[in-house]
Amino acid sequence: MNQGTPTLEVKNLRTYFFTKAGVVRAVDDVSFTVGKGEVLGLVGESGSGKSVTGFSIMGLVDPPGRVVEGEINFNGQNLVTMPEGGWRDLRGNKVAMIFQDPMMTLNPVLRIDTQMMEAITAHDKSIGKEAVRQRCRDALGQVGIPSPDERLKSYPHQFSGGMRQRVAIAIALLNKPDLIIADEPTTALDVTIQAQILFEAQKLAQDTGTSLIWITHDLTVVAGLADKICVMYAGKLVEEGLIDDVLDDPMHPYTRGLIGSVPSHNKRGEPLYQIPGMTPSLIKLPPGCAFRDRCEKAVEGCAEAPPTTTPKEGRVVRCHYPHMGETT
Amino acid sequence: MNENTNNNRLVEIEGVSKRFVKSLDFAGKIAQKLGANIREEVVRAVDDANIYINRGEVVGLVGESGCGKSTLGRMVAGIMKPTEGIVRYDGKDIYKLEGNEARDTALKTQMIFQDPFASLNPRMRMQDIIGEAAVVHGICTRQNFDEHVDMVLDRCGLDPEFKRRYPHQFSGGQRQRIGIARALSVNPECIVCDESVAALDVSIQAQILNLFMKLREELDLTYLFISHDIGVVEHISDRIIIMYLGRVVESGTTDEIFASPNHPYTQVLLREVPSLETRHHQFKPVDGEIPSPIDPPSGCYFHPRCPHATDRCKQENPKLRDIAPGRTSACHLNDG
Repeated sequence: MNQGTPTLEVKNLRTYFFTKAGVVRAVDDVSFTVGKGEVLGLVGESGSGKSVTGFSIMGLVDPPGRVVEGEINFNGQNLVTMPEGGWRDLRGNKVAMIFQDPMMTLNPVLRIDTQMMEAITAHDKSIGKEAVRQRCRDALGQVGIPSPDERLKSYPHQFSGGMRQRVAIAIALLNKPDLIIADEPTTALDVTIQAQILFEAQKLAQDTGTSLIWITHDLTVVAGLADKICVMYAGKLVEEGLIDDVLDDPMHPYTRGLIGSVPSHNKRGEPLYQIPGMTPSLIKLPPGCAFRDRCEKAVEGCAEAPPTTTPKEGRVVRCHYPHMGETT
Repeated sequence: MNENTNNNRLVEIEGVSKRFVKSLDFAGKIAQKLGANIREEVVRAVDDANIYINRGEVVGLVGESGCGKSTLGRMVAGIMKPTEGIVRYDGKDIYKLEGNEARDTALKTQMIFQDPFASLNPRMRMQDIIGEAAVVHGICTRQNFDEHVDMVLDRCGLDPEFKRRYPHQFSGGQRQRIGIARALSVNPECIVCDESVAALDVSIQAQILNLFMKLREELDLTYLFISHDIGVVEHISDRIIIMYLGRVVESGTTDEIFASPNHPYTQVLLREVPSLETRHHQFKPVDGEIPSPIDPPSGCYFHPRCPHATDRCKQENPKLRDIAPGRTSACHLNDG
């Protein structure tokens, strides 16, 4: 899967928010790589820091937040130390982002063609107007929007929710980026529309070699789509590995609990596994393992922060006592 | 159907339709008289639905946004009068009852909503949110108010020590528990859950689903469980009803529906449900979009997206028919 350097390499990334109530360690020592054409599923619950990780890669963290440490190497270039001018060339061109709410991504008072053409001309002023239009038409066609010529002249409110999300994806595709970060792009959509979006995303990764980071809380979507999975909890990456390995043989107690709490065919009618307690507030995180209050297997040693370990080949787990038994 | 099964029916809905009409204003009427091409807009949110819920059963109601599942749920809960048709609770037409009987019947069905933030009054303490209706309806008195509230809280897994707190002091999962406690405090028999776990995180969702199942056993509750999440519905339901654009297209037991979906829409829906077991899935797009309910297609509403559509499907609306005992489907293909 990986030839040569990966498209994106995140190393020991720390993004903190310096609020009045204290320092929020939203992303705390996160490392992962995404290869060319690879789909990475970044999974976690509300407040786990998965979206902030995405924003950090895009350089979209606003004060009081800032990337305090770490490297984000994109095609060999470290984005953390890059000046703002460099971001302008990159964002929307080589790296694109798709957000959860398509209603908020599109400007309601501008026609679709204005918004799409701007995304192209902002990065390349030499292309003629007709060529730009043609590329917009192609992009809309690519995401399955019928009669793109008429649709280009429409305003966002004239589209349905699923269509709007597809327009947002079309805009992300316009400059054929090397990396797309999708933040919960299908959460607000119906099953059949979701299938359409997933189909487009998958085709994109397979056909053009675009790498995808799919941020979601929905393990089932990641199961079908991703090659690799990263599980986040309270700002830390707790488990990483190939999708089959992690879902069939989860090693971190949190991942095990998360998988157990998803309703599935073979658990119909039975009580689901409940992770006791709830997600801790990031401001008052206790020292040591952040999950230990909710962990069934926690012992005294867990009061010390667990290091990342590689108990098996290709697996990264942040736990003192990763599960090493047979599969569940 | 023999008499025995009919006696077991707690809720029965017969030929129920709900239409929302956006009538023309004064200027619109004049414009119409002068020949402008405008008319009243009619949305058939629910169109001739016939469903039933047996005592002690969990019925899942599935469909995509705008298919009328929430409207149907509200009519079952007695908070929205249907335009046509009869909603029977325990054999009585709930919209024809009067006085005490109407009130007592209304109390028997309670509703739990989707948004645990919007459905609780932010200015009321938890104990009042939960206990107010019980006092008003004489289920408990002012004297044993605390006792009653504590009992309900305990049942829903909430700590009675926090009962003087306001909703904003609770997390999303706890708020959803408050919503459940409020519904339970008037001793209902039937609960309509409208997307009650949709807004929750996976681990909290599991807690609430487990709570629903525990309460069902303890209190012999009957549920109408409305959701767009088929994985959740499959987990909790005994029987499933599938709606498309205001019409019921298929119903049957959970096992049967998942083993052999009959209606083409059900087949598409189930095919695209992501699950933990399907890895590296090759997703397939579903043709077309859900049509607008203001201007639905002719004949079978699903025909523009259906891979098996024939000329007959374009003209004639297929009736919901029994295709096996306890199993119905609305598709012309079943005629052979």
